[in-house]
Amino acid sequence: MLEIGGLAKSYGTVEAIREVSFAISEREFVCVVGPSGCGKTTLLKCIAGLLAPSGGHVELRGERVTGPPEEMALVFQEYSRSLLPWLSVRGNVTLPLRHKKLAKDERARLVEEAVDAVGLTRFIDRYPWELSGGMQQRVAIARALAYQPQILLMDEPFASVDAQTRGDLEDLILEVRERYGVTILFVTHDIDESVYLADRIVVLGPSPTSVKEILPVELPHPRDQVDTKELPEFARLRAHVYRLIKRERAAAAK
Amino acid sequence: MRRALPIALEIAVPVALLVVWGVWSAQAQTFYFPPLTDILEQFRDTWLFERVGSDVLPSLARLGAGYALAVLVGVLAGIPLGLSRTARRAASPLVEFLRAIPPPALLPPAIVLIGIGDTMKVLIIAFVCVWPVLLNTIDGITGIDPTLNDTARVYGVRGAGRLRRIVLPAASPQIFAGMRTSLSLAVILMVISEMVASTNGIGFFVLESQRSFAIPEMWSGILLLGILGYVLNLVFVGVERRVLAWHRGARKGA
Repeated sequence: MLEIGGLAKSYGTVEAIREVSFAISEREFVCVVGPSGCGKTTLLKCIAGLLAPSGGHVELRGERVTGPPEEMALVFQEYSRSLLPWLSVRGNVTLPLRHKKLAKDERARLVEEAVDAVGLTRFIDRYPWELSGGMQQRVAIARALAYQPQILLMDEPFASVDAQTRGDLEDLILEVRERYGVTILFVTHDIDESVYLADRIVVLGPSPTSVKEILPVELPHPRDQVDTKELPEFARLRAHVYRLIKRERAAAAK
Repeated sequence: MRRALPIALEIAVPVALLVVWGVWSAQAQTFYFPPLTDILEQFRDTWLFERVGSDVLPSLARLGAGYALAVLVGVLAGIPLGLSRTARRAASPLVEFLRAIPPPALLPPAIVLIGIGDTMKVLIIAFVCVWPVLLNTIDGITGIDPTLNDTARVYGVRGAGRLRRIVLPAASPQIFAGMRTSLSLAVILMVISEMVASTNGIGFFVLESQRSFAIPEMWSGILLLGILGYVLNLVFVGVERRVLAWHRGARKGA
């Protein structure tokens, strides 16, 4: 449903992304993983239509993306800066629905359902700054879900929460994906996370970025933080991606 | 107990100063510093409430009208200037020039052009008070977190909705900072404008008292102005605390 073809991005003479191509099919969960500073966020912003690429194209269901499409939602890494502190949880989740033509009770239903899906119903009238980091990121996820996107982009969404919360949020996102049947493109620098979550992993090389390898993850569903990570296949994939990225880093250092 | 001490200090220091002033002025043999008791007596006779209708209310009305006009114009003009770099560039020399003019110098041309009525005084107050509001509105808007702007774009929040739900609330802490500066300027300009070509108002009363050697009256007027400024600021802080409750909460949480 989403196709990225020969995408390139330069800032002046600095080449950030050399050439990235891959496609995502309906209801797929794709993780993009790469070393720190390899232009993952830039790539995601190009895909989201927030940045104009210098070359190549992004197509959503055959239509070229030139600005943020309505079928797409984005969860930012910096939840504290992307949530509106003057609005309650309900207000934040309602915000993107205000300009959609929806009946009032339909809108309220969507909001309450999304807040319920992330387990924050008890906190719906609190303000984001009254909540912990993990809970704030749940609010941001609820906001994205209420928007009813067909594809959900996530930019290292769990990079600034502690390990425990991170595991919980990973399971939450897998659950939510079942419930909403949404396609997900998930960017991360965490190799374990990418193997645990994805149906397919796109491994990027260091800047200027290009795709090193695309590999399928054939781990059984539903996944479990303990059982899945015990599987030999998990260890194999993890080691494989790790070596890819490490070798790239070593090559870049030379 | 821990709260009681600072509050007790806040009350005790002004009271102690008044006592010192009272004791000293009671035995001072100078015409220009009459005993505090005389001033207070004069204060009661003049301001409670004989001259409230004839001087205090007209002063407050001008202050209110000039200040309100300044806030309105400052915010309305600040929005396009904050949003557009081009507009900012184009307007900046003019703004810097107008703002650099010492306000009392505007009185002679204002009298010639507009006359000596209330309109002139209101416009003088507005002209001076508009700059802090304008500049802070611009700063507040240009300082909005890029993540917040991206969020608005991704979720299709545009136009008036973006202005009302994102831009203005995000800039409001700074707008309030500007409004606070302007409030003290408004009191100053109210007094200055009433000292020139005027027939009523607190500023007029103070000047008239001095000219007719009614020294206790003069001091009572100054006392009133001090109290007025203090109370206005108190009211302002109260409003700000309510409107920006989220801001204090968010800062404490961060």
